[in-house]
Amino acid sequence: MHVTSGGEAVTADASAATPPTVNGVARAGPHPYDHLLRSADLPTIWCPGCGIGTAVGALIYGFEQAAIPKEKRVIVGGIGCSSRIIFYAKTDAYHTTHGRTIPFATGLKLSNPSLNVVVFAGDGDLFAIGGNHFIHAARRNMDLLVVCINNFNYGMTGGQGGPTTPAGALSTTTPYGNPEFPFNLPELAATAGATYVARWTTLDVRRLRRTFAEVLGRHGFRFVEVLAPCPVSFGKTNKIGSGVEEMEYYLGLEILKSRVESTEIPRTNIELGKPIIVGTFVDREAETFRDRYARVVAKARGPSS
Amino acid sequence: MSAAQNLILAPVWDRARMGTHFLSGDHACAEGAIYAGCRFFAGYPITPATEIAERLAERLPEIGGQYIQMEDEIASMAAILGASVAGAKSMTATSGPGFSLMMENLGLGYMEEVPAVVVDVQRGGPSTGLPTSVGQQDMMQARFGPHGDFTSISLSPQSPQEAFDLTVHAFNVAERLRTPVLLMMDEVVGHMHERVVIPPTGEIPLLSRPKPTVPPEEYHTYRPGPDLVPPMALAGDGYSVLFTGLTHDEDGRPVTTYDVQKVLVPRLREKILKNRDVYERVGLYKTEDATTLVVAYGITARSARRAVDLGREKGLPLGLFRPISIWPFPAEKLRSYKNVTRIVVAEINLGQVVLEVRRIAGPYAEVIHVGNAGGNVLSPETILEACMLPPGARP
Repeated sequence: MHVTSGGEAVTADASAATPPTVNGVARAGPHPYDHLLRSADLPTIWCPGCGIGTAVGALIYGFEQAAIPKEKRVIVGGIGCSSRIIFYAKTDAYHTTHGRTIPFATGLKLSNPSLNVVVFAGDGDLFAIGGNHFIHAARRNMDLLVVCINNFNYGMTGGQGGPTTPAGALSTTTPYGNPEFPFNLPELAATAGATYVARWTTLDVRRLRRTFAEVLGRHGFRFVEVLAPCPVSFGKTNKIGSGVEEMEYYLGLEILKSRVESTEIPRTNIELGKPIIVGTFVDREAETFRDRYARVVAKARGPSS
Repeated sequence: MSAAQNLILAPVWDRARMGTHFLSGDHACAEGAIYAGCRFFAGYPITPATEIAERLAERLPEIGGQYIQMEDEIASMAAILGASVAGAKSMTATSGPGFSLMMENLGLGYMEEVPAVVVDVQRGGPSTGLPTSVGQQDMMQARFGPHGDFTSISLSPQSPQEAFDLTVHAFNVAERLRTPVLLMMDEVVGHMHERVVIPPTGEIPLLSRPKPTVPPEEYHTYRPGPDLVPPMALAGDGYSVLFTGLTHDEDGRPVTTYDVQKVLVPRLREKILKNRDVYERVGLYKTEDATTLVVAYGITARSARRAVDLGREKGLPLGLFRPISIWPFPAEKLRSYKNVTRIVVAEINLGQVVLEVRRIAGPYAEVIHVGNAGGNVLSPETILEACMLPPGARP
């Protein structure tokens, strides 16, 4: 792939075959990422206006920009819409049980630390059923990039409320408005020990791409929250509208703040109709689990080693 | 060792501790894992399996392996599957409550065909039950625990020496057949100390998972060989593998249809049933002329052996049939005893493996169960009494 100095991919891999139709759907032409996708399985199952594809494209861009060798790329997905990335991105790819992406990825990374392991899953998977694993991996500073597609509801099962559904928001299981308060993911990650924390919407395509390009080659527990439209479920139920309208909704509310530039982490809680804070909130160096385990190994082997 | 060391490529400074030792079953199991090439252990403390984790927390870093204590047993099971797909022989150890938590990811292991060893040192249940006392009440969970259709391979040791031997065997079977293997110990075998002989490295052959022999463009993640086992490319091998717990085709792609399901799931079952020679083991004692067989496993098999001796002293034609590989049950071997008219199944539960024995032998022999609800080993006398019951009576 040819990449301009501006970082935009402009030409397709010449070796990538481009069928005129894929699974009966006509294609306008070659896609620059055809050779990085399981192209025969396109189009995706994602709904029109869904934000997940944007994040997938940004992640693949990040892999390329960070020059991670293709055979070292591993994506671990859970259960839900976002986790379907593994069926489209051409890497070593593992689907786990619901919520168990992070411990699976932990074993994988420790087994072969030369791999670049990304956990890519939804808000329900990572923070409801899998919430405990998230905080423990952050506490250990495990070498994982965790990408959370937050669409504020369970999209795959038809729009139920979950741990990120804003208070008062409607869903099929909160028909009178959500009585619960949602998790505030950047602050949760920061408090649990993550060494890099950022939040973008799928409208922030360039920032998202830059973030992935920057953090994929780094160590430690890195967390990127991606706010994504779910027009078919969350958007419709809460009368936000189509995918484009949900993006416009973000555009109107989005405020860029960054702890890296200011002195304290901004409050990043999300309330319906209130400003949404995006930015890079944590960016620090700390010893990782493997750094510390290397000392265990040295001790176990004794002075003769 | 640098932090970036690959576990499967790591130099091995000190493998098994060859020689004669005085070890608990739990510690013997840990040493068996090391002998077998286990280089990754994830676990969570639980009585009476904790000593396995403790031993490996000390031993694995010495030999270039990785120990990690996870936040629960769900995470432990997930972690060993993750470690295995990247190439490390991996294991976890637990007891009843933790075993229950592992079920969903154990099912993922069967579906994605990931080699791994899961040790359950059984205590009395259900629920928290008898944390420090013996039970053999997880045997049906070992057979049917995860949802869906699959076939489990479960092994049961009767001594610390056998805990060592069968842990090595469990790894070999898991690798050879690309499947999780369960080592169903019990609290008494786990905690008892006995002589354990660890042979020199190489004396017990070690097996590895089948590797792809074709380049990536010709490789199919789940295309089985003639033995029904698909060669396994690892993360990082350059094969862009696709593993999913969804019903999948030979490329690992999700195809959730009847047509694909009816090919995949029966293969997972047949892969186990058609390769019995890989894992099947039975212990026999004075069975040649026996007309009454005692079927027992784990610690109960040792009481049963004594019961056979006591019965023989009285002139009774007793024998011990000890399924070392319990699931799948060695049915043909049991059926080969044509002159048997009575089978006494002794186990520390209210009737689990007896259900399978009755299914196999019920048409031609009287099958009697003797057991308790956990907390105590069955005595030889109790087992002998069951052997001597008048026809048609129940203990």
